[in-house]
Amino acid sequence: MENQMTVIFDAVTENEAFARNTVAAFCVALDPTVDQINDIKTAVSEAVTNCIVHAYPDKSQKGKITITTTISDNSVHIVISDTGIGIDDVDSAMQPFFTTKPEQERSGMGFTVMESFTDSLTVERNKPTGTVVSMTKTIRGADWKKKTH
Amino acid sequence: MTIEHYKKADTLYVKLCGELDEHHSAYVRTTIDTLTDGDVIKRVYIDMSDLAFMDSTGIGVLIGRYKRLKPRGIPIFIQSPPPTVDKVLRLSGIYEIMTKAG
Repeated sequence: MENQMTVIFDAVTENEAFARNTVAAFCVALDPTVDQINDIKTAVSEAVTNCIVHAYPDKSQKGKITITTTISDNSVHIVISDTGIGIDDVDSAMQPFFTTKPEQERSGMGFTVMESFTDSLTVERNKPTGTVVSMTKTIRGADWKKKTH
Repeated sequence: MTIEHYKKADTLYVKLCGELDEHHSAYVRTTIDTLTDGDVIKRVYIDMSDLAFMDSTGIGVLIGRYKRLKPRGIPIFIQSPPPTVDKVLRLSGIYEIMTKAG
């Protein structure tokens, strides 16, 4: 059975913990392991940080971030979108250590972390503006592990 | 996010407690810089045993501190990162420039 939730919130750093904890809490129904929950939290935090740091350079206008999380039998699908300025060159942005803001001590590891901590990652243009990041992670709960190993 | 610290001989010990993300990065950055600037220290230990969460923002903070301290010959040691934090640290290759001490 599919179950879905959507949250929309301001693109401010205060909401980073809220975003990752909300998605993680929704995924608890799948009986994930502690490691899987931490992977989800980290991946969500990376995507949300990107929206806050890069998507809305005009700080006088409050941008929004939308997260839709869908859980099904054994996987979670997370879509994180903004309506900001978008990414000029997605291929470059996804390279490890690539950053457009080296002066801010940015590691350039955001997409690399998302890719490593989930099973699939896609980054697309949002319409009319912005970016859509989609991630899927298979969750086979702790019980499943006990049964099969 | 709170930071505990103490100095013993010429070693600075810094303990990061809580969750290190973009929201807390400036606080961690300026606190460590204030502690290391102008003080006679030979090495810095960063205790992560109470760091419940860290994303790649933390990697940026660590690399920034490394760049500031390296010209002064001050190495950074990472202590006791929980598995979830350790995973981000390993992925970033940070252990090539900082030693994991316990």
